[in-house]
Amino acid sequence: MTQPWQIRDLTFNSRLIIGTGKYPSHQVLREVIEASGVELVTVAVRRVDLDFPEENILNYIPTGCRLLPNTSGARTAEEAVRIARLARASGCGDLIKLEVVNDNKYLLPDNMETLRATEILVKEGFTVLPYVSPDLAIARRLAEAGAAAIMPLGAPIGSNRGLKTKELIRILIDEIPLPIIVDAGIGRPSEAAEAIELGVTAVMLNTAIATAGDPVKMALAFRHAVQAGHLAYLAGLGPVQETAAASSPLTGFLQ
Amino acid sequence: MSFYHVIESFDAAAFQRRIQSIGPSQVEIALAKDRLSLDDLLALLSPAAAAYLEPMAQKAHRLTVQHFGRTILLYTPLYLGNYCCNTCVYCGFNATNKIRRSKLTMAEVEAEARAIAGSGLKHILILTGESRAQTPVSYLIDCVNILKKYFPSICIEVYALTEEEYTELTAYGVDGLTIYQEVYQREIYDQLHPSGPKKDYRFRLEAPERAGRAGMRTLGIGALFGLHNWREEGFLQGLHAAYLQDTFPGAEVSVSFPRIRPQVGGFTPPSPVSDRDLVQLITAFRLFMPRLGITISTRERAQLRNHLIHLGVTKMSAGSCTAVGGHATPAGTGQFEISDERSVPEMAAAIYGAGYQPVYKDWQGY
Repeated sequence: MTQPWQIRDLTFNSRLIIGTGKYPSHQVLREVIEASGVELVTVAVRRVDLDFPEENILNYIPTGCRLLPNTSGARTAEEAVRIARLARASGCGDLIKLEVVNDNKYLLPDNMETLRATEILVKEGFTVLPYVSPDLAIARRLAEAGAAAIMPLGAPIGSNRGLKTKELIRILIDEIPLPIIVDAGIGRPSEAAEAIELGVTAVMLNTAIATAGDPVKMALAFRHAVQAGHLAYLAGLGPVQETAAASSPLTGFLQ
Repeated sequence: MSFYHVIESFDAAAFQRRIQSIGPSQVEIALAKDRLSLDDLLALLSPAAAAYLEPMAQKAHRLTVQHFGRTILLYTPLYLGNYCCNTCVYCGFNATNKIRRSKLTMAEVEAEARAIAGSGLKHILILTGESRAQTPVSYLIDCVNILKKYFPSICIEVYALTEEEYTELTAYGVDGLTIYQEVYQREIYDQLHPSGPKKDYRFRLEAPERAGRAGMRTLGIGALFGLHNWREEGFLQGLHAAYLQDTFPGAEVSVSFPRIRPQVGGFTPPSPVSDRDLVQLITAFRLFMPRLGITISTRERAQLRNHLIHLGVTKMSAGSCTAVGGHATPAGTGQFEISDERSVPEMAAAIYGAGYQPVYKDWQGY
């Protein structure tokens, strides 16, 4: 009933992507991944500890779930490029979620450095998913540079404030011929459903599930919300009207 | 404008009048806000806010979980040397104290590194006394070159350096600086630091700025609580943290609230800080700066540290020793007595027991 979506030659059925930070244990994370039905999870390369099997997050991600390494912690394009190369050298493949944040107060991305890193990484053969503040000019430049998707924020990361940038994201959906994945800000399942109804390809979130009272139950709620949003998008929402149809039409005299 | 100029314009008498005049309504307004001003920080540090510890703790907990999740970063200190030419009256390494002085040889650094890394820790904080003769920057670099084989993140807590020296250490792989002003109140600073290079208040105060300009990722500051009125020192520390975050937006600014501990010199703190006061400080800072790193060291006892996990703390030390070496080599006299002797596995078990995850690795100096 729902349609799969693609990043280049990779096909996914779930339109939910989750992060792996902030959980009370890796075991809870594993249960969340299973409950959410996700096929793509993002992992901060800086947190991966290959020397310590009990604490290595990669050992808790079920097979069949694809890893999306991210460059969290990078403050410049150069740092992001180094982290991406490290991810590839560690066997994580060419897919990279590019984050360049030089703002520790709001954690807002640096769009210019992100563009610079994208240009470098695309030339090196990476499949780049850049995380940006939603801006049409930067999204066009990222698309020209060869980004595989655009990941605009809905609100500052970790804020759970919802889809505050909706009007800007709507423009990206209309104008950018790439998957648009809302990354950051979504705090409630209803907001995830709203984003997908709007026409974004997928949503990515972490805090909303990881810090919920019952993360596993919340993961299930998001799974259903994203499915509902996608079905609504496919079904085609009815038009919204402020009033009932006018009983005395102004053009009635034309009949 | 340097933070020194901010401090210069601070009027302690006016501050005391302000903080004593704060009433419940100002505390409640601060508690209800999303974005707090310096006036709100002052309100939360006031005597009036002492009656609001529970709502402050609830909000601090909620904000910390939102921004950092249920995680605590673990690290351990490694004392490289205890030679010191300062005479700080509260410190066990005071040059006039008759203790055995030593520094680790490179073989000992390697042995210590191997022992610490065996516990799973990836973040290390290296410390020395102030002796450019015995533990110069070249010695620190030699140590860093060994330690980076074992630790993806190395922070320093050494004497104040120049910007060029911070730049050099950053190039060798040091990614963070911790430096405590000890006491922001200038006259008391002067009294407590009778001689030695550390007597230069401004050079120490501006060290985090020099490190920020040198590109250090993490900047950790703190006052040594017990040396002067904690509300005033706390407020100035808040000013300092906010100044650093505004000046270096990309840096991870963190604070600590070390309470003075017994040490070999026998110094008695003139302005003791109670557990309630400490909780007020921690929670006020969390509300003021929701993304601020907050560190609690083994100066505090195990039971208190277990409770503080829920109140805003993001980093904790474990398996600590405040003497030179001590992880693989015999330890001598410590800089101060520690209160929480738990090993890394014991600390990790306590963190899991509190419903949090210990984080061993959170950066890699690539």
